[in-house]
Amino acid sequence: MQVPAPFEYERATSVDHAISLLERLGGTARLIAGGHSLLPMMKLRLANFDYLIDINDLHGELGYVEAGPDEIRIGALTRHRELLESPVLAAAFPIFADAERVIADPVVRNRGTLGGSLCQADPSEDLSAVCTTLDARCVIRGPGGAERVVSMEDFHVGPYETAVADDEILVEIRLPVRPGCGSAYAKVERRAGDWAVVSAGAAVWLDGGAIVDARVGLAAVGPNTTGIPAISAALRGQEPSESLYEQAGAIAADSCDPVTDQRGSADYKRHLAAELTRRTLRRAVERARS
Amino acid sequence: MTTVHERVDTFHDNDQKPVGYGRMLRKEDPRFLRGRGRYVDDVQLPGMLHLAILRSPVAHARIVSIDTSAAEASPGVKAVVTGAMLAQQNLAWMPTLSNDVQAVLATDKVRFQGQEVAFVVAEDRYAARDALELIDVEYDVLDPVIDARRALESDAPLIRDDLDGKTNNHCFDWETGDEAATEAVFARADVVVSQDLVYPRVHPAPMETCGAVADYDAVDGKLRLWSTTQAPHAHRTLYAIVAGLPEHKIQVISPDIGGGFGNKVPIYPGYVCAIVASIVTGKPVKWMEDRSENLISTGFARDYIMRGEIAATRDGRILGIRTNVLADHGAFNGTAAPVKYPAGFFGVFTGSYDIEAAYCKMTAVYTNKAPGGVAYACSFRITEAVYLVERIVDCLADELGMDPAELRLKNFIQPEQFPYTTKTGWVYDSGNYEPTMRLAMEMAGYDELRREQAEKRARGELMGIGIAFFTEAVGAGPRKDMDILGLGMADGCELRVHPTGKAVVRLSVQSQGQGHETTFAQIVAEEIGIPPADIEVLHGDTDNTPFGLGTYGSRSTPVSGAAAALVARKVRDKARIIASGMLEVSVADLEWEKGAFHVAGDPGRSVTIQDIALRAHGAGDLPEGIEGGLEAQICYNPSNLTYPHGAYICVVDIDPGTAQVTVRRFIAVDDCGTRINPMIIEGQVHGGLTDGVGMALMEMIAFDEDGNCLGASLMDYLIPTSLEVPDWETGFTVTPSPHHPIGAKGVGESATVGSPPAIVNAVVDALKPFGVRHADMPLTPSRVWDAMRGQARPPI
Ligand SMILES: Cc1cc2nc3c(=O)[nH]c(=O)nc-3n(C[C@H](O)[C@H](O)[C@H](O)COP(=O)(O)OP(=O)(O)OC[C@H]3O[C@@H](n4cnc5c(N)ncnc54)[C@H](O)[C@@H]3O)c2cc1C
Repeated sequence: MQVPAPFEYERATSVDHAISLLERLGGTARLIAGGHSLLPMMKLRLANFDYLIDINDLHGELGYVEAGPDEIRIGALTRHRELLESPVLAAAFPIFADAERVIADPVVRNRGTLGGSLCQADPSEDLSAVCTTLDARCVIRGPGGAERVVSMEDFHVGPYETAVADDEILVEIRLPVRPGCGSAYAKVERRAGDWAVVSAGAAVWLDGGAIVDARVGLAAVGPNTTGIPAISAALRGQEPSESLYEQAGAIAADSCDPVTDQRGSADYKRHLAAELTRRTLRRAVERARS
Repeated sequence: MTTVHERVDTFHDNDQKPVGYGRMLRKEDPRFLRGRGRYVDDVQLPGMLHLAILRSPVAHARIVSIDTSAAEASPGVKAVVTGAMLAQQNLAWMPTLSNDVQAVLATDKVRFQGQEVAFVVAEDRYAARDALELIDVEYDVLDPVIDARRALESDAPLIRDDLDGKTNNHCFDWETGDEAATEAVFARADVVVSQDLVYPRVHPAPMETCGAVADYDAVDGKLRLWSTTQAPHAHRTLYAIVAGLPEHKIQVISPDIGGGFGNKVPIYPGYVCAIVASIVTGKPVKWMEDRSENLISTGFARDYIMRGEIAATRDGRILGIRTNVLADHGAFNGTAAPVKYPAGFFGVFTGSYDIEAAYCKMTAVYTNKAPGGVAYACSFRITEAVYLVERIVDCLADELGMDPAELRLKNFIQPEQFPYTTKTGWVYDSGNYEPTMRLAMEMAGYDELRREQAEKRARGELMGIGIAFFTEAVGAGPRKDMDILGLGMADGCELRVHPTGKAVVRLSVQSQGQGHETTFAQIVAEEIGIPPADIEVLHGDTDNTPFGLGTYGSRSTPVSGAAAALVARKVRDKARIIASGMLEVSVADLEWEKGAFHVAGDPGRSVTIQDIALRAHGAGDLPEGIEGGLEAQICYNPSNLTYPHGAYICVVDIDPGTAQVTVRRFIAVDDCGTRINPMIIEGQVHGGLTDGVGMALMEMIAFDEDGNCLGASLMDYLIPTSLEVPDWETGFTVTPSPHHPIGAKGVGESATVGSPPAIVNAVVDALKPFGVRHADMPLTPSRVWDAMRGQARPPI
């Protein structure tokens, strides 16, 4: 049995309570949501914290998927499984279910949360790639109830680093809703439940035959999950076609920065960035059309 | 779900019999399914302390100093022990199973990352683990030897400077076969194919990690040791030798074991530390390693770098096989193998083929990696041997443009040639290969698969069909030439029938999930007619079972199974004499039919085994010279190994865009001789096939150039799940062993041995359109993609 170093533990009773604890305890404390990223690191003693603040009792407050007229709002404590099973997301953004089906396993999905996934800021995190693809906004709350909203680009500031300060908490993700959308996700893994060798998300917005906007997000090919603005620029105003997907794939391969590791060589990952970009764009367009 | 194909013309399954062989639910399963299994970590003793081990963070370093003072002062800590302290008791080093020595705790140097350096004993495992962080070790880091190919270079750092006169990293040389004769057939062959192959280092990764609870009683001098061992008796003897404790005062208890696969054959430093800790503190001490410790420090498997060469005539007659092997044995030679067999049974690399000559030369080296060497269900290196021969036979088929099934069929040893002595001196007891192969092909729909493949290839789709045909040598072994550290590889068995006709059978082997409590009850039941439900199987406790060498190398049924059958026959012989007295006829006039003796020609006059048991223990006279009671004991020394065989066919699909391999179908036809419980056999096969998918597609213990183990967690060292494997299609043929009392051969490792080459052959077959002739395991998507671009690389 792997055992973590000693720590103290408290359950937060409200978001403000959690923030006041964070304010008091500073960098020696960590929020714990699903715990599926934090606890493995603590058990391996790669991370040691003096205090854990458990926010699972806030699921009533922070666990939801709500559809508004021009955005979908998701609470930070919404669990993988709830995202997988959400009819709202299935209708608006099937990319979520695509991704959730290949994230970890049912045990992890029953506990792990959207907020924890984004705040972990692992370069291979699938939901970060999904949120990047969908141009999500992250709502961060700090002391005194002050809230700020940041884009995914600004949210992740490096591997395992986010814009969330020591006394702040991520409370909500907002996904803009525009008409004519299709989205899809694809991942290559060495084994079911493994982290991505590479994964890609794509979303397109069609008007008539033409692409109004398109976004691609990649995981595991750089310091953070990356959006690729050059693809959006190349696809806007074009009719979907195989050669367009080829072009997007080539841009994806060029713009990413993978490293060789146990999961695969940098060349292979670059190849996958192209291949999965093509596949997800193709799928997203099919879905937008149907 | 599983499809079972039975070859009815050669064997009738025995479901109908009132006792004995046939499908039967496992007697041990209710305990496991209800969470009532009792594993080492479940052992709780009053006042028990907990032990944690400090391990080396680097692969090779001189230990400059160790300061334990802060750890000693840490709350709850009872003792902190270093190698220097063990050295004072002469316990810093212990013998390995290959007559090498291994450090219990490092004194001079650390020689692999994860090596044991010190231990802490504390009131709970948290306190013990926390105190490890307070031990201050100063290391003088040395260059490590990681690449086995460079271990013998003149400027390679010397790893084993503890060995007198050692000047290089050479471990041993070994050869087998006839070099000159092989050279001659290669010289006259039409076709010679050679191929470099790597069987990478893998790990058995049992679900339960290793551990022990040691309880030394200073008053009566008795040591009780619960430990995760596949070989409790052998361990007891070795503890007596290492620690100098009298053997009759050592009781080794191996309770329920959560998987072994060879990982639990060796004695690990942690067990010895637990014993020392209990002696030092006067309290029971528990040590349970964590997952990372298990993966980085305990018995790995394989790590053979091989060159295979095969010579044949143009029309596909195989003439000779030759191989050169570089074996990486890690920092200490901890290989578990019979003494005369440093390379295990690798000598069976000639496979199932009738060839004219064979030769193998092997060099084994030390590197700065964990010791071990033979584990993971490999039947003493037969895994490597079968992989070698089955891969190069496919290379030859490719070269000749011949179908790989046809090539194998053309070269099989023929049934009338058995017993068959191979060119490396192994005497295959029995075999009938062609029907096994044909059954597999029939189940697979081989010709139809080849048609489908041709169509798919024309469309640019990648589909592969791989075949492996294996012969194993299991059931070690005859004591005339097999022993481990001087202990002969025979196994005892004891059977007692109680007055009411229930029985208890005591074994020297120990199940780690193989279902011994069921199989052995069935073996005894078949012989003496007491139903399996009425037979208790006891194993795993050295105070309560006869001596024997334990369970590994698929030896339980070939050796202990034979012992169980023979001890039951011995009891039956005595029962016959008692029955003759009861029925007042001579023994010659008695006939035995499942559970009862009756007078020949008069079935109405009979006594059951239960009647006899009561008489044996009851009042009234027994025949002249017969003692009361109904029990017997024997020690079985096998006259030969048994040689199970099998034909495996694997079908894979590869995504041309991502290079991901999907195992679509797997057909496994096994011939393990007489089948005792077909359900248990299928379970063994399913598990082994899953192992094979793991090794072929994802498993590898990798190291970086500094010797850091890159497989230290199950996030890094991948093992397959149900999602990576297809529905297994199993079938069987039956060719009994002529020398085994019930004709059974081992099956515990067949599938682990046979499946990797079938899968690799299938992947290589799928990649034929890219001109690929070979690609090494693990065939991860990235490595398959390399192969597709003509850049297949060895994994190390
Ligand atoms: C076996 C296994 C396989 C996995 N496979 C995958 C995979 O294939 N793909 C994938 O994407 N993920 C995978 N994961 C990770 C999984 O998705 C985790 O659940 C997720 O990364 C973190 O969510 P959590 O709620 O468990 O976070 P926790 O572990 O509780 O927290 C993670 C970090 O986020 C912080 N945090 C959590 N919530 C908030 C908040 N609201 N505000 C501010 N900070 C917060 C915590 O303080 C901590 O630093 C896997 C995990 C495991 C154990």
